[in-house]
Amino acid sequence: MDWQLVFAILPQVVMDGLVLGFMYALIALGYTMVYGVLELINFAHSEIFMVGAFVGVEVLLLLKAGGILDPLNPFLILILIVLAGMAVSGILAVVVERVAYRPLRGAPRLIPLISAIGVSFFLQDAVRLGVSLWRNAFYLTYPSFAVFNKRIELGETVDFSVKSILVVAASLLMLFALQFLVTRTKLGKAIRAVAEDQPTASLMGINVNRMISLTFLIGGAMGGAAGVLFGVQYNTINPFTGFIPGIKAFTAAVLGGIGNIPGAMVGGLVLGLLEAFAASYLSLFTGGAFGAEYKDIFAFSILILILIFRPRGLLGEVVRERA
Amino acid sequence: MPKLLTRVAVLAAALALALPLSAEAQSKGTIKIASQSPLSGELAALGEGIKLGTQLAVEKLKGAVEKAGFKVELVPFDDQAKPDVGVANAKNIIADKDILVVIGHLNSGVAIPSSEVYKEVGLVMISPANTNPLITDRGLPNVNRVCGRDDVQGAVAAEFAIDVLKAKSVYVVHNKNQYGQGIAEFFQAKAKDKKVTVHGFEGTEERANFDPILTPIKAKNPDVIFFGGEYPQAAPMFRQAREKGIKSKFLGPDGLDSTELLKLGGDAVVGMHFTTVAGGVNEYPKAKEFAADYKKKFGKDPEPFAAQSYDSTAIGLKALEAAIKEAGGKLPTREAVAKATRKVKHDGITGNVEFDDKGDPKKATYLIYQVGKEWNDNKLIKRLEIATPAMKKQ
Repeated sequence: MDWQLVFAILPQVVMDGLVLGFMYALIALGYTMVYGVLELINFAHSEIFMVGAFVGVEVLLLLKAGGILDPLNPFLILILIVLAGMAVSGILAVVVERVAYRPLRGAPRLIPLISAIGVSFFLQDAVRLGVSLWRNAFYLTYPSFAVFNKRIELGETVDFSVKSILVVAASLLMLFALQFLVTRTKLGKAIRAVAEDQPTASLMGINVNRMISLTFLIGGAMGGAAGVLFGVQYNTINPFTGFIPGIKAFTAAVLGGIGNIPGAMVGGLVLGLLEAFAASYLSLFTGGAFGAEYKDIFAFSILILILIFRPRGLLGEVVRERA
Repeated sequence: MPKLLTRVAVLAAALALALPLSAEAQSKGTIKIASQSPLSGELAALGEGIKLGTQLAVEKLKGAVEKAGFKVELVPFDDQAKPDVGVANAKNIIADKDILVVIGHLNSGVAIPSSEVYKEVGLVMISPANTNPLITDRGLPNVNRVCGRDDVQGAVAAEFAIDVLKAKSVYVVHNKNQYGQGIAEFFQAKAKDKKVTVHGFEGTEERANFDPILTPIKAKNPDVIFFGGEYPQAAPMFRQAREKGIKSKFLGPDGLDSTELLKLGGDAVVGMHFTTVAGGVNEYPKAKEFAADYKKKFGKDPEPFAAQSYDSTAIGLKALEAAIKEAGGKLPTREAVAKATRKVKHDGITGNVEFDDKGDPKKATYLIYQVGKEWNDNKLIKRLEIATPAMKKQ
């Protein structure tokens, strides 16, 4: 085996894995927070993510059409599109909750799940229709910025693009902000109270519906931010872009222990790294017998192993069954 | 009032004249020509070209068959570039006894299983675009194509990489479908034959994140990266490769031949090369009128394979004419039409087509293009006429 090559690409593989992992982590937060308060798996979340990606590209294309894309500072633009994506996706998530989940609260648990799948299909095709009418396209491409594509050399064979460092930094920032919000503020305390016991929380004067909306807003905003970062990193998006990252992020949430916020982050990172390692190294280590196409099989096999030994996920706690 | 009267009178006269005529034309029934290609989804642009090329041919060339007393109609089907949808359509097609010719498909992976269904009733399929060798190498009597084959195209691409791009090492990525993996394997075989180092052979269905595949490629730094597949994957992969600082030259097959490649790939794909079996209409002097009619009727330039579809349909109509004559002016059987198709010698707008015993054109055109800053600036680098290889014993 070519050990020299294995080590030469190691830093790049780790970086690829981190970028992907942080993206999964951001999306996984939406699944895990909603599950935490409603015990609902919000399958429409992958489309919330996709809508974020489309908002980002639309803002960029509109700026470009207006001729104000180039004069603006690219970093300012990045902040602008991330905020736009967060706002639209967050509000969309709240609307979805209001329209598709709240009327079904109290129904058997499978019913809102089916509603979620329906919303997911609806959003995919609504965006497909909108984009084909408005842009006459199926794929949209993020305009590229020279500054973001610049590579920073950290050694002879090691160099990272500016944008992957930005993605990692932005994700870290948002994850810390969220952790602070949930554990250190009054609002966070209220969300946690609703997650623990809705009737008691409402007796304590907490507006349960508002807290649930807030949960969807935060989860949706994280998903929207992930969508924009995904577009900036990988360029090409389409109305079905959300499906695969959505499934992976859901898995990451389960791996970390669903309902657990730090768990979702850890789960996302583990899954992203596993995937990057498998895709880059499988064919090297097996002499070409298994290629990059087996990355998911490899990553998910390891997940199954972990879940066999830790059925509640990496950071999941034993939750008291409700009376 | 007199105006209205005249109008009614004219209408009545026209009806009186037209009725017996059309009644006579319809007396022997309707013959339908089906087109099967993706009309929705990511490859819809190419698939629509096939449908429109067929439609134009039916409208312009149906005269001979109509003179023999049959009405000719086009029924377009959408195979969505999916094998299961193609097969389901095929079952509907064979159930409709009026359909005597199928023009299609775009994707070899769809055409192969669908043609097995057509075979059950001997219904002829003429393909404008399918390049996988298995299309004809199965030796089915009802399957024909007017374009070249991937075993030749892959070898042409490999020879170009070695002789012109001066590649000493290559890396091959493919999309894992029958077409993409097939041509990638032919490319690899020829490259190995010529003693060029093949650094890797990877398959992927990824559409967004090519990082983990590109990282080993960057470390190995091949002279040429060949992508066997279609533009929705090739464009983002090449773009991310350039962003990652990979300096290799890019090369691909006819699946990359679409304006979308440039739209999605941007500067990264400018200057790259692709091989194809269907050049732009400008390469075919006899297709000038076709291109003008197409633009006038549909308001856009013909996509690749539209002219080939026109020729395929023309061949189908000629076969119908011959089969009707053979049947003594009656409706021919599907087998008879298939048999007649093999015998057609057609001087078409994309060149002469004459089928060999397995349904391949005896000679096919292969072209190599370089992508320009605008899709219309694409430069023809090489044009080859190559005889089709005989069937290999499997």
